[in-house]
Amino acid sequence: MSPQAVVFYLLAAITVGSAAVVVLARSLIYNAFALLFTFMGVAGLYVMLGADFLAATQLLIYVGGILVLLLFGVMLTHKLYDLDLRTEVTQFWPGLIIASGLFAFLVVVLVFRIQWAAGPGRAPAATTREIGALFMGQYLLPFEAASLLLLVALMGAAMIVRRRKVA
Amino acid sequence: MIGLHHYLVVSAALFSLGMLAVLTRRNAVNVLMGIELILNSANLNLVAFSRFGSGNLQGQLFAVFVIVIAAAEVAVALAIVLTLYRLRRTPNLDEADILRG
Repeated sequence: MSPQAVVFYLLAAITVGSAAVVVLARSLIYNAFALLFTFMGVAGLYVMLGADFLAATQLLIYVGGILVLLLFGVMLTHKLYDLDLRTEVTQFWPGLIIASGLFAFLVVVLVFRIQWAAGPGRAPAATTREIGALFMGQYLLPFEAASLLLLVALMGAAMIVRRRKVA
Repeated sequence: MIGLHHYLVVSAALFSLGMLAVLTRRNAVNVLMGIELILNSANLNLVAFSRFGSGNLQGQLFAVFVIVIAAAEVAVALAIVLTLYRLRRTPNLDEADILRG
């Protein structure tokens, strides 16, 4: 196996294994920390795909932002003395059957049925400058719309959790 | 040689695991974690197609937008979960049946 393949399989194992911990472990804290490794594994896969800017974005936003928010969510929705942050599972076997059936279906269709048109591909190269140019040029309108969406979502979130005065 | 198919399989595994979390977990925050897994699998697909497909950067741009939307989604969803917890004292989704007729 080439070194590239070794690194890929290592990253894929980290990603999928910790994602399995996210789904299967009972403790919410274990779930959240396993999610950290999933995000890092995905960032590593982005690096292997030559998406350096996206890997950095993944680390900054997912690990630095979304994961911290999720941990806040875990902490705020349990009583403080409730040290054992466990979560129950409902309808595990039907869910498992559906999910594994979905996985088998996806693998059969994506890998064995569809003949993907082989494009020229993109050699790994620095992407930040090009992405910036695309955002400021061809994709300016979606970029502004996304920033507006973020603003509206954050204001809406603040409005929703605001404590209303009891009339 | 690691090709497109390898990444597609990893992404399909992530998607299925996220689906499993959404289907079986009772805790709302845990369901959100499953949704994050699903969004990550979609992003992995987009970047893989950008790398092996036509060779332009549109896939990576789309992935950036998905990350932005994931951030917005998680903020609003956590606000809803916290409000639910304040109303019903529970983070469990199956106990949030206020709207049941």
